[in-house]
Amino acid sequence: MSKIISRRTMLACGLTAVAGAAAVRIAGRYGLIPPDSGGLYGIGETLTYASQRLLIGKHALAREFSRGDVSRVIPVNGPPPEIEAYDRLLVGGFADWRLHVDGMVARPAAFSLADLQKYPAHTQITHQACEEGWSFIAEWTGVRLSHVLDLVQVDPRARYVVFFPFDNFWESIDMIDALHPQTFLAYGLNGRELPPEHGAPLRVRVARQLGYKSVKYLSRVIVTDSLDQFGTGVGGINAEYGYSWWGGI
Amino acid sequence: MQPRRSATVRLTHWMSALGIVALIVSGTAILLAHPRLYWGETGAVGTPALIDLPIPFLLGHSGWGRYLHFLAAWLCLASGVIYVIHGLASGHLRRMQPAYNVAQRYSYLLVVFVLGPLVLLSGLAFSPAIASVAPAIVNMFGGQQSARTIHFFVAAAIVIFVLGHVALAFKGGFRARMRAMISGHEAESS
Repeated sequence: MSKIISRRTMLACGLTAVAGAAAVRIAGRYGLIPPDSGGLYGIGETLTYASQRLLIGKHALAREFSRGDVSRVIPVNGPPPEIEAYDRLLVGGFADWRLHVDGMVARPAAFSLADLQKYPAHTQITHQACEEGWSFIAEWTGVRLSHVLDLVQVDPRARYVVFFPFDNFWESIDMIDALHPQTFLAYGLNGRELPPEHGAPLRVRVARQLGYKSVKYLSRVIVTDSLDQFGTGVGGINAEYGYSWWGGI
Repeated sequence: MQPRRSATVRLTHWMSALGIVALIVSGTAILLAHPRLYWGETGAVGTPALIDLPIPFLLGHSGWGRYLHFLAAWLCLASGVIYVIHGLASGHLRRMQPAYNVAQRYSYLLVVFVLGPLVLLSGLAFSPAIASVAPAIVNMFGGQQSARTIHFFVAAAIVIFVLGHVALAFKGGFRARMRAMISGHEAESS
């Protein structure tokens, strides 16, 4: 009987293991390891995040559509936060609402809706898909997140931006997507004010990721170099519930 | 007796087998979250479906489903790449098992060179990240929802292939076929 595992196979396995260990070190240095990289699923997740991160780079733009492509049906995923503070702001037309931006920034700030609407407005008609499988195209209006981040002066060591809404939902994206020209804070939908069920007064739009990264009812943005200090360290409530942190696929 | 299948062929066979089973199970878990198929770029409840699959909506299984689906896809991709490179280098693809008839050979080649790449590409087409950098892939399928629908049907074709493949293994003597694909040796009597 011939040996089932030949010397050549063993050598190939050894070389693969060494190359794999080196790849993990390099990937870590270039920010290619997602926060949910632990366990068996983490292997696939890391391969997906690292390869898509390298493939799409900083500049690839999500497709933009024309007004004629806008979907007639925009599904609503759950009601607005049933929290007294939110109800009060809604009744007051969000006049007292503020977006707090802090963390690793030189000038932490609180922005009113009027402040944000004074900045250069950005409109885009993009496709948004839910991880469940449904999707729609809508026209969003708002201010680029990069504009707000420039105002507060982000520390160059920062790596992630964490989004907190009124309820217990939270999410985060890496700095590449945070500074991407199609990542913005939307206050308008299809030419009108953003309605409560779609995240009023302000929601995030991350055009190159699935819908669950686009946090509604935004209240606070924290800039950080590590996600370890937030929740269980996997970068968002979705990842804590077992949904991948990277929403590019 | 000489081994009839190289270690690489046997290894990639079982890598793909494990990967495909995981893809089918996890793909079903993902599909259950929204068992409606559409044509074009968009689709949602409240818009007309191309096909309304007669199965209930079941939320809550696409989290592990998606993690497992992409892990298994990487496993299949790795085995596919190793198999094709080895097959071209060693000549395995040219002189496939003489035990296989023409229909079997063509169905294996169809899975490796047509259905496999097609299921991978159609899956990538409904990734928002890939759609940004390679919109041509989305346009090739006629939109992200069309790509999802095509992904479903190509996956269904692969399931039919797997069922036929396993049925043939049973017909050829299951224990002998398994031994051949695990150790590489044909049994003396089968």
